[in-house]
Amino acid sequence: MDNISIRIIQPILALILSPLLFGIINRTKAFFAGRKGQPLFQTYFDLWKLVHKGVVYSKTTGWIFRAGPIINLSAILLITLFIPLGHSKAVIFFDGDIFLVIYLFALIRFFTIIAALDTGSSFEGMGASREAQFSALTEPALFLALAAIACGTGKLSLSEILVSITSKFWLSHISIILFVAATLIIVLLTENARIPVDDPNTHLELTMIHEVMVLDSSGPDFAFIVFASALKLWVFTALFAGVLIPDIGFGFWPNLGICVLAVLCVSVVVGIIESCIARLKLLFVPHFIFIATVFAVLAMVFVLRK
Amino acid sequence: MLIEFMMIFLTLVNLIILSTSRLSTCIKVIAFQGIILGVLPVAGGQFDIQLVIFSIIAISVKAILFPSMLLRTLSQLNIHREKKPYVGYGMSLLIGLGAIVLSWWISKNLPLTITPANSAVLPVSIFTAFVGLYLIITRKMALTQVIGYLIFENGIYMFGVILPQKQPLLVELAVLLDAFVAVFVMGITIFHISREFDHIETDQLSTLRS
Repeated sequence: MDNISIRIIQPILALILSPLLFGIINRTKAFFAGRKGQPLFQTYFDLWKLVHKGVVYSKTTGWIFRAGPIINLSAILLITLFIPLGHSKAVIFFDGDIFLVIYLFALIRFFTIIAALDTGSSFEGMGASREAQFSALTEPALFLALAAIACGTGKLSLSEILVSITSKFWLSHISIILFVAATLIIVLLTENARIPVDDPNTHLELTMIHEVMVLDSSGPDFAFIVFASALKLWVFTALFAGVLIPDIGFGFWPNLGICVLAVLCVSVVVGIIESCIARLKLLFVPHFIFIATVFAVLAMVFVLRK
Repeated sequence: MLIEFMMIFLTLVNLIILSTSRLSTCIKVIAFQGIILGVLPVAGGQFDIQLVIFSIIAISVKAILFPSMLLRTLSQLNIHREKKPYVGYGMSLLIGLGAIVLSWWISKNLPLTITPANSAVLPVSIFTAFVGLYLIITRKMALTQVIGYLIFENGIYMFGVILPQKQPLLVELAVLLDAFVAVFVMGITIFHISREFDHIETDQLSTLRS
């Protein structure tokens, strides 16, 4: 399906459905805890409410703090244009766009971190330092995993890689697929500040990583940050689902449907993981992320022997 | 496909042993490794009665006898964890990754006249032997060193399984018997060391000489 007017549906779906993922995760956690839980569409309500609020800026902040959320949202919107849903081509793709996507993530992280440092709050500085440490560890894992799958398929752009994961390729390269998927789920949990690494619900600054960096943001700025993190979760789950589930070969629409369904299922799985596992001690988080690197290296080794 | 999955599990199992300090986990992992290795000779698909008997013997020795002997020794000791190895667990995992890459490189450059059933079998067997040697070198507890010895033996066993036609199974059985006797003796020795000195750390034994 090469028609751009149809391919544009992938980022539009991401824009519409991504805040739903938080709702699904929260409902899953509530189900495991025996609670009723917040409404599925709570994130949409929150975003609506935040957009209509005013903004408060601390006197110590400069233009970086104001620019941070805008750059975050625009960078993640750019990334969604590169992420294919369900083994078709994304809106934009070219050879080597893997690197652009990973470095756009790095750009987001960089601006989140310096915006947090700009507030001059010691708590936010602490969160920023943790975020910098952990993301420095996840980046090689993500690079190696994507490099492994790129070697396996022989393609260099994200869209073409996912297009070439047909059921035949899936069966013959099952070990690589599983290793890459294992890497991606750990990277997903780390990058999106989910439970074994960071607890999104905690409001104790000493233990938070991602939440603590955005404590000073308010109003539309905070809405931008929440929406950007929802889109980030969507991007990672779409990537994970795209690698794990092969092209079934019935054309564009069934694949798209399966992929969206898989993304929603992955968010249920994330909710289950969060309900079953306690948060790791901060000292053990680098070990946890290192496991992802181990899987990525194994994927690379299994690719290179072919 | 089955062999491929077995090789993946063996690799992961070796990495778990490198990164855990809990002795009971190590022993359970050894049992799991024993099951996989026991099934390996018949996993190729051909059902030779000789191979089946051999695999049953291997499973009962490697997956049942050795672990239960080690667990029995462990229950007599008052120790659950390896305290301070010479190299830390994160570093061990990193070295393990290096060993994986090295063993794949070696197996690629090894001039073998036969082709194994799966191209992963040879490098994983070399990697298993590496892990065994590494455990013997870097861990202080006598029990972990016995586990390292068993893993090393497993690696050599795997190497032998690759060429079942070339190597008579009798040799394998003899090796299995030797390993059994060794573990038996080591279990008794560990028990006596711990009763005599209240610990099983081998680096402290070297101070006895002076």
